[in-house]
Amino acid sequence: MSIQAKPLHSVGVHMKRKEDPRFIQGKGHYIDDLSFPGMLYLSLVRSTYPHAEITNIDISEAMKVPGVKAVITGKDLEAAGLGWLPTFHGFDKQMVLAIGKVLFQYQEVAAVFAETRAAAVDGAEAVQVDYAPLPVVADPFASKTDKTLLRPDRESKTNHIFHWEVGDKEGTARAMASSPKRIKQRLWFQRCHPAPLEPCGCVAYFDTMGRLQFHVTSQAPHVYRTALSLVTGIPEDKIHVMSSDLGGGFGNKVPVYPGYVCAIVGALKLGRPVKWIETRTENLTSTGFARDYHMDVEIGATADGNVTALHVATTADHGAFDAAADPSKYPAGIFGIVTGSYSFPVAHAEVDAYFTNKAPGGIAYRCSFRVTEASYAIERGMDILADELGMDAVELRKKNFIRKDQFPYPSALGFTYDSGDYHKTLDVALEKIGYTALLKEQADKRARGELMGIGLSTFTEVVGAGPSKHFDILGIKMFDSAEIRIHPTGAGIVRTGTKSQGQGHETTWAQIVAEELGLDPQTIMVEEGDTDTAPYGLGTYASRSTPVAGAAITMAARRIREKARKIAAHLLEVGEGDVEWTDYKFQVKGVPAKTVTMKEVAFAAYTNMAQNEPGLEATYYYDPPNMTYPNGAYVAVVDIDRETGETKVRRFVAVDDCGVVINPMIVEGQIHGGLTEGFAMAFIQEIQYDAQGNNLNTNFTDYLVPTSLETPHWETGNTVTPSPHHPMGAKGVGESPNVGSPAAFVNAVIDALSPLGVRHIDMPLTRDKVWRAIRDAEAKKKA
Amino acid sequence: MKVHVTINGVNYEKDVEPRTLLAYFLREDCGLTGTHVGCDTSSCGCCVVVMDGTRAVKSCTMFAAQADGHEILTVEGLAEGGTLHALQQGFWDQHGLQCGYCTPGMLLTSYALLKHQPNPSEADIREALSGNLCRCTGYQNIVKAVQQAAGVLGQPVGTHT
Repeated sequence: MSIQAKPLHSVGVHMKRKEDPRFIQGKGHYIDDLSFPGMLYLSLVRSTYPHAEITNIDISEAMKVPGVKAVITGKDLEAAGLGWLPTFHGFDKQMVLAIGKVLFQYQEVAAVFAETRAAAVDGAEAVQVDYAPLPVVADPFASKTDKTLLRPDRESKTNHIFHWEVGDKEGTARAMASSPKRIKQRLWFQRCHPAPLEPCGCVAYFDTMGRLQFHVTSQAPHVYRTALSLVTGIPEDKIHVMSSDLGGGFGNKVPVYPGYVCAIVGALKLGRPVKWIETRTENLTSTGFARDYHMDVEIGATADGNVTALHVATTADHGAFDAAADPSKYPAGIFGIVTGSYSFPVAHAEVDAYFTNKAPGGIAYRCSFRVTEASYAIERGMDILADELGMDAVELRKKNFIRKDQFPYPSALGFTYDSGDYHKTLDVALEKIGYTALLKEQADKRARGELMGIGLSTFTEVVGAGPSKHFDILGIKMFDSAEIRIHPTGAGIVRTGTKSQGQGHETTWAQIVAEELGLDPQTIMVEEGDTDTAPYGLGTYASRSTPVAGAAITMAARRIREKARKIAAHLLEVGEGDVEWTDYKFQVKGVPAKTVTMKEVAFAAYTNMAQNEPGLEATYYYDPPNMTYPNGAYVAVVDIDRETGETKVRRFVAVDDCGVVINPMIVEGQIHGGLTEGFAMAFIQEIQYDAQGNNLNTNFTDYLVPTSLETPHWETGNTVTPSPHHPMGAKGVGESPNVGSPAAFVNAVIDALSPLGVRHIDMPLTRDKVWRAIRDAEAKKKA
Repeated sequence: MKVHVTINGVNYEKDVEPRTLLAYFLREDCGLTGTHVGCDTSSCGCCVVVMDGTRAVKSCTMFAAQADGHEILTVEGLAEGGTLHALQQGFWDQHGLQCGYCTPGMLLTSYALLKHQPNPSEADIREALSGNLCRCTGYQNIVKAVQQAAGVLGQPVGTHT
């Protein structure tokens, strides 16, 4: 995007971030930076067993630890009616502290409150819990047999949580059966964890008026307020939720966790502030994991490569509680986007979810609810089909892309894609990477036995949840909101129901207000995360901030402009109908010399408003008419060492189309970060459990985050196809690179290995796995 | 036990539990919360500070007692007289941060790097920062930020502030 020359133009401008001065000087306010007089620390006792009866909990030694003030257990909470916590979509509940038995390793068993952090940890270690181990279900396929029933507390006596499906089952089966070409492949998107660098935490206290003051790492503060009121019975006006600077979130800070409830109970019981900060191990082992979808992907096609049908059957591992933070009507999230960028005449997708003795979650990790899984399934599937047909992966994609003239496009699984130009976006990416030359290089290398791969992903996302007729969390519709106040001097404040975790809302929101009102973005303050001051909103996740709150800000600013027009008419001494908004100021129609700026109008709104209502502010609650559909074309080039299995990502080009770009610098930063997280999932990250249910990836030495050394250099580009229904034409971008890139990496590796006959390897594509695949393929060839 | 540490040029004398880590000493005893903690295994580097002018250390891996008699530089001490350090300016200009949680550690590790290697290559920078994790930026803009700062600091004295 080029920077426009207009002096007041704020959108599309590479503007440095307004929040950065505090972060680069160590002046951010993260949760563990808060401290209050008399504050106690909470440490949780966690289960060492994945599945066991609790035969006894002895707190006597813990109570003797100097500084320990109290220990509470599940029984104490149950007696207070706080034993269980509803999960966000409302279909299940989760134990706050284990009652009777534990269902996963590291489950919360008891809460210890003490004068210092160290005393709380010492106290937790001194709590003696006796367990009688039970048979462990560590695999969703084993869970299907119901041999061990994990949740007898539920009405339905089975480990099967739900069956969800969408599309035309019979029509898809018929079309598949009559397709001359078919592929079928099981793909496992492994269990991952968002692992924001700042773990989760909170500080709770009751003020002198008996009001709960709750500082917490929340991506959705208003939803927390309502949920806490429903769980605890505290009237909602007596709860103040504050989420200040968040050290990343990526979906991990959406759910309400047991530690939060324990901190509130402790604050109430002990009459003092209570701080709970989880350790990295607690973060990785007990708070919202992501993915863990086993997907059987089946695609039918004609002999010349026109897709005829898609069927995906998924077995989902949800862990011990169904805590996937999905919208109520979407137990499998928006997995229906699985037809991707292609014109499938018919499709059918189904998901069956099961309980296992693993941590609960299934949250939307940098993803609009299971869109990453869906995107991976179709983009891997298309490559496998290309392989089956002996067709170039680009040619197959171009042949089946939804064409530009087909938008708005009704997909076989019920979505109405808003806009896109998939052919153009892919062409830009191919041009940038030099596709033709790469194919030639690859052919030469293959002739020499070298392993070089080119991988594509031409994904379509669905973000911006969402229209109220479809989307709600705990029954609350997924609108978002903005309140703007313009002060007499033309400075102002905008508040929204979203909550930045690093996305740069303090800058982007100011740019939108400035653009709409012709004001200086440097004097528009942005405030989020305080439920006392911000209008009600559903928070930041699922790339919904710009599509929903960004639209609310635009509409609120336009409301202000309409009010300002009346005052401008008074100042210009003409009728309101004679005033137009042009070039960032009000002007008498046809008289370019007679103008008044918004700054002048703002002053008049407080000093010289004539018969008009004083003040200059507006609120808007935006209910989106549709989702937005960002898309992109990614190309990865890899070289694999045949002897060691080591993969080097030589190049990666990401061309994104997220509609109108508000701040290209921030968008590019989001893409760099998302690609790095996609790279991590593709090559190194997995939360593994052994057959006994032990978590094997409990810290950053086992659960790997890519460092600066192995992270590839990212090349980015964009095309702009505005969303026709978003007031600014924006679509959202934060998740696209995370959603789109895993398939590009895996497709590249499999492309490199395809001369050996390797068809698929599940992520993460570690050196070890790739080496074994090469070794096995070579042995097979020799045989 | 008593420890004496000079932090950002200010002397601190505190009574601490012997097992107190330097990271928590800085954060909780001295109120310097710019130094962050992001893991339990010395993997993330959010807590990096500079000891004795040139040595980057993970403050979660040292006891406060080990810093006794030493000088510590934290993120709060980088800017001088209201002017941002060239590294801080570089991170801001190059969009080298998003959530900001890893930023203090990145800044201090880069500070020590530039003390040893005033004109590092991209590979040098990536190597030096490999003990500092970032989940937001993908490191690319962090590298640019350090390069910008190296360029500014490498100019003759008096041509930059």
